[in-house]
Amino acid sequence: MDRTRPAPSTRDQSPPQGRAADRATRRPESGERIIEALLLLAALSSVGITLGIVGVLLYESAVFFRQVSPLDFLTDTQWTPLFADAHYGILPLLAGTLTTTAVALALALPVGTITAVFLSEYASARVRETVKPFLELLTSVPTVIFGYFALLVVTPWLQHLWPALPGFNMLSAGLVIGVMIIPYISSVSEDALHAVPAHIREGSLAMGATRMQTAVRVVVPSAVSGMAAAYVLGISRAVGETMVVAIAAGMQPTLTWNPLEPAATVTAYIVQVSLGDLPHGSIGYQTIFVAGFTLFVVTFLFNVAGYLLRTRYHRKY
Amino acid sequence: MSHDIRMQIAGNKRRDRCFAAAGLVAMAFAVLILLFLLMTLGVEGGRRLSWEFLTSYPSRVPSRAGILPGCIGTVLVMLVTAWTSVPLGVAAAVYLEEYAPKNWLTAAIEINIANLAGVPSIVYGLMALGLFVYQLHLGHSILTAGLTLALLCLPVVIIATREAIRTVPLSIREASYALGATKWQTVRDHVLPYSTGGILTGVIIALSRAIGETAPLITVGALSFIAFLPTSPVTAEPPFLSLRWLLDPFTVLPMQMFNWVSRPQEAFHLNAAGAGLVLMSVTLAMNGLAFYIRYRTRRRIQW
Repeated sequence: MDRTRPAPSTRDQSPPQGRAADRATRRPESGERIIEALLLLAALSSVGITLGIVGVLLYESAVFFRQVSPLDFLTDTQWTPLFADAHYGILPLLAGTLTTTAVALALALPVGTITAVFLSEYASARVRETVKPFLELLTSVPTVIFGYFALLVVTPWLQHLWPALPGFNMLSAGLVIGVMIIPYISSVSEDALHAVPAHIREGSLAMGATRMQTAVRVVVPSAVSGMAAAYVLGISRAVGETMVVAIAAGMQPTLTWNPLEPAATVTAYIVQVSLGDLPHGSIGYQTIFVAGFTLFVVTFLFNVAGYLLRTRYHRKY
Repeated sequence: MSHDIRMQIAGNKRRDRCFAAAGLVAMAFAVLILLFLLMTLGVEGGRRLSWEFLTSYPSRVPSRAGILPGCIGTVLVMLVTAWTSVPLGVAAAVYLEEYAPKNWLTAAIEINIANLAGVPSIVYGLMALGLFVYQLHLGHSILTAGLTLALLCLPVVIIATREAIRTVPLSIREASYALGATKWQTVRDHVLPYSTGGILTGVIIALSRAIGETAPLITVGALSFIAFLPTSPVTAEPPFLSLRWLLDPFTVLPMQMFNWVSRPQEAFHLNAAGAGLVLMSVTLAMNGLAFYIRYRTRRRIQW
C-alpha cells in the first residue's frame, strides 16, 4: 500500500501519526486498557490522599490517646502540653477557633449575602461581570498577607477606637478572616441566586412586588440550600484559617470567649509547635496531630453538610 | 383607600431603594478593602523594594536583608508541584470525564475530591509531615514541600480540567469515533487539545494559590532564616543536570514574610511589606495571565 503512494504524500504523513495508526489497527485493545488503568490509578490517587490524611492523623492520635484519656482531652480546661505540669484539654484551643470564626461570620455573612443579592437582583450584567471576577481575585491573595494586614493595619486602627485593646487579639484576626471569606460567600451565593429561573422572578414582579420583595421573599427562599452551601464553605474556611490567627491573635492558649483578648486557635497552636524543634515521637509532637485531627473532623462535618446541600439544590431545577 | 395603597407603594419603593443602597455599600466595602490592601502594601512595600532587596540574603540588620533564598525556594518548590500535580490531575480528570462508568467507585472518587477541596491546608501539612518526612524519609526538603503543595493543588486541577473537558461538544468525539479512532486517540488528539486553554487557566490559578501557602510548609519544616542557596540544578561536569537540590533545606517567600511580620521591630515590618508586595505582584500576574488565556480561548474556539 505504502509503495504505490507517490513519494511526497508519504513524507507528508508525520511518523508518529503513522505509527499510532499502525498500532491501532494491530492491537487496539491492550494499549487502550493499559491507558485506562493508568488513568484510573491517577483518579484513585485522590482517594489515596484522603486515606493518607486519615491514616496519619489516626495513627499519631492513637499513640497520644494511649497516654492521655479522651475524657481529659475533651473536658480539661487547660492546654499546656509543653509545661512540666502538662494538661491536655482541647477546649481553650477550640474556644479560640470558634471565637475568631464567630467574629468572621458576624462580618462576612451579612456583607456577603447582601452583596450576592445585590449582584444577582439589582446590578446590571456589566457590573456583575466586572465585580465578580474582582471579588474572586480576593480569594487568591495569600493568607500571610491578610495576616500582615490584621496585625499591622487593622489592630492599630482598632486601638484608636479602643486604646485598651492588646496588640494580639481575636477581634482583628476575626474581622480580617471575615473579609477573606466574603468572596467565597458572595460568589457561591450569587451562583445559587442566579440559578433561580427567571420566570419565578417575573411572576413575583408581575404581581406588583418590588425588587426587594421579590429578592427576599421569592428568590432567596428558592436558593436557600445553595446559599447554605456557600455559608458552610465560608465557615469551613474560617475554621481552618491558619496564618491570620497565627500572626494576629496571639499564641497563648487561654479559655476565653472574649474577642478582645488574645488566644491561640487550633491552627495557631500547630504552627507554634512546628516552628519549634520538637523531637519526632515525643508527646508534644503528637499533640499537633491530635489538634489537626480535631480540625479535620470539624471541617469534614461542615464539608459533608455543604456537599449534601449543594447536590440537593442542583437537583431542584 | 387609594391613598393608603399609594402610601404603601411609596413605602415599598423607599425600602427597595434603601436595600439597593445597602447592597451597593456592601459590594463597595468588599471591593474597596481589596484596593486598600493593595495600596497599603504598595506604599509600605514600595519604600523597601529595590534590586538589593531582591538579591540579598536575610540578615539580622533589617536594611540589609533580602528575599533571594525565598524567591529561589518558591520557584524550585513550584517546579516540583507543577511537575507532579498537573499530569496526575489531568489524568484523573480525563478518567472521570471520559472513561468512568457510573458506579459506586466513581461516586466515591467524586465525593472524595469535593471533600479534599475543603480540607484546611495545614492538615495537608500534617499528613506530609507524618508521611513524607518520617515514613518516606524525604527530609525537610524542597521535594517534600513541592509534593505537599501538589496534593493541595490536585483537587483544584482536577475540578478545573473536568470543567474544561466538559465544554468540548460531544459531536467532536463522535466525529473522531466515526473515523475509527479509539477512545484514547480521541482524547489525546481532540478532547485534550481543545481543552488546553481551560486546563491551563485552572493550573495557573491552582499554582497561584499554592505560591502563597505558608501553613503546610511550616509544618513540614520550612526554615525562616536561611543564608545559602540550594544546590544548583545545572552543573559544570557532565551530565550537567543535578537533582541534588530536591533534598536541600528550603524557605519560600511567604515564609520569609511571616518571619518578618512576627518580629517586634518596625524595620522588619517594612521588609515584610516588601516581600508581600512581591508575592502579591506574582499572584496577581498569574491570575491576569489565567484571565487572558481564558479570554483568548473563548474567542478563538467557537463551536
